[in-house]
Amino acid sequence: MRKPNSHKLMAIFSGLILLAVAVQVSQRVVKAAPPSGTSVSGMVKLDGTAPHQKPIDMSKEPSCAAIHKDHPVTTEGVVAGADGSLANVVVYISEGWSGGDVSSNPDPVFNQKGCQYQPHVMAVDENQHFKVVNSDQTSHNIHPMPAPGGANHEWNKSQPPGAAPIDTSWPAPEVAVHVKCNIHPWMSGYMVVIKGPYGISDDKGSYKIDNLPPGNYTLTAWQETYGTQAQKITVAAGKPATANFTFKAK
Amino acid sequence: MHTPRLNWIVCAVAMVALCGISSAQVTKYQEDQSLGTESHIGKLTGHAQDAKMNYRRYCVGCHGELGDGEGENAVWLDPKPRNFTLATFKCRSTPTGTLPTDEDLFNTIGRGLESSNMPSWNPLSSQARADLVAYVKHFSERWKNEKPGALIEVTPEPAVTAERIQAGQALFQKLECWKCHGVEGRANGPSADTLTDDQNRAIKPFNFHDQTRFKCGTEDRDLYRIFMSGLDGTPMPSFADNVKPDEAWDLVFYLRTLQPRTSTNIKEKQIAKQLGLKPINPNPPAPAAAPAPAPAPATENKSDDQNK
Repeated sequence: MRKPNSHKLMAIFSGLILLAVAVQVSQRVVKAAPPSGTSVSGMVKLDGTAPHQKPIDMSKEPSCAAIHKDHPVTTEGVVAGADGSLANVVVYISEGWSGGDVSSNPDPVFNQKGCQYQPHVMAVDENQHFKVVNSDQTSHNIHPMPAPGGANHEWNKSQPPGAAPIDTSWPAPEVAVHVKCNIHPWMSGYMVVIKGPYGISDDKGSYKIDNLPPGNYTLTAWQETYGTQAQKITVAAGKPATANFTFKAK
Repeated sequence: MHTPRLNWIVCAVAMVALCGISSAQVTKYQEDQSLGTESHIGKLTGHAQDAKMNYRRYCVGCHGELGDGEGENAVWLDPKPRNFTLATFKCRSTPTGTLPTDEDLFNTIGRGLESSNMPSWNPLSSQARADLVAYVKHFSERWKNEKPGALIEVTPEPAVTAERIQAGQALFQKLECWKCHGVEGRANGPSADTLTDDQNRAIKPFNFHDQTRFKCGTEDRDLYRIFMSGLDGTPMPSFADNVKPDEAWDLVFYLRTLQPRTSTNIKEKQIAKQLGLKPINPNPPAPAAAPAPAPAPATENKSDDQNK
């Protein structure tokens, strides 16, 4: 009499396991569905005359001076077009974002090229891995200097030409971490660490943020010389929103 | 009119006010929660609470009541006293960007910092120094949330040989140490004049030609750790990603040849002399052009000659 009972138990047990797996899998499928979103985009402009950007003298680094001999470079504190467009402005959600981290920039690379940082302003998510690469003939040292007192800490590494990329990440949001090279004091760049989606204005001053679920948000624009500006926006499903920013030249 | 009664009243009020002010100052120390911070160095356990008086007596003049390096002497000092609230330290046996160990701080307090106003505090008992380490730590929240970095591996020191010194010289060239330290280590490299620390104050690189003792020690292993950990807060980066432990000793021995002769570098200086070691050439000439191909036999070139 026992054998038939144990078969029954096995059947019930297996059935329960199958049920549990099915429930789990079905839940997983629901979680994996990405939210459909709308976009917000706009133009970032400068009101007034852009401050004069100083030419950079790279004579102390002949290998880099040679790269720029036909097109001398200047500082990049304010990169403005003739039509008043402002580049390198990071636009991000500062309030209202309830989602997690979003990779607006899937494979960020901070490149040292021609003794300048490319891009001059790089935005990444908190804890997102990015690479620092040296494409020059000279050594550089990467010296990011986050604001003291937070979870991001200052570090300083040498990176000779041909060295492997440095793979690293920042644990906390910060707008923004200044990066310098001590060997080449004119080098200046920024790493902007953000939780949530963001866009960076291009050389026409145009930015776009995709995949925003409908809702009310505060949008903040950050420019390295002029600081931040905020705007409240409402994003409705299927209706791309527009938000423009204008910074006043000082 | 100054009646005796008025005088008494003024005195009484002044005494009450002064007592109030001084007790408020004592309260600032007593109420600080992080005075429970501890340090662990070997068998010693230090307690921040027990270092209060020593800190006020010996440290506050430079490092300030708040540990921010703004003591009343600080305006006269260069280099400036360490700001403990930043939790960024030069002398570490841990990787760049990470906290030093308690032992690193203990050693720095005991040894002092060469060529600066930080004296050696070895005259204080080791318990007192351990307590001061805990006190230094209590100024920053970072110690609560984070452990010190993984110890940098310092492999056993090999014997000094000519091969190692020459390999070290090649590294000095390849890693471009000379950009700041100069080809003879005289702190006169092309980038030396524009160096700034993490608070944008001008700072000089180490001058191997004139100085025998480093800020973070005097031994070969201290020098090894300096370039493998980087001196956080200064322009000196970590070279740990690009220098293997064995190569690091080559560089240590070469750097010793740049320094004045002391008991720490007799062998290195001897070998350098034997080798006739010259400073590196920062701009080595481009490799010689490939030799022109050998001319073909005359008969085959006749037509070419006629065309010339």
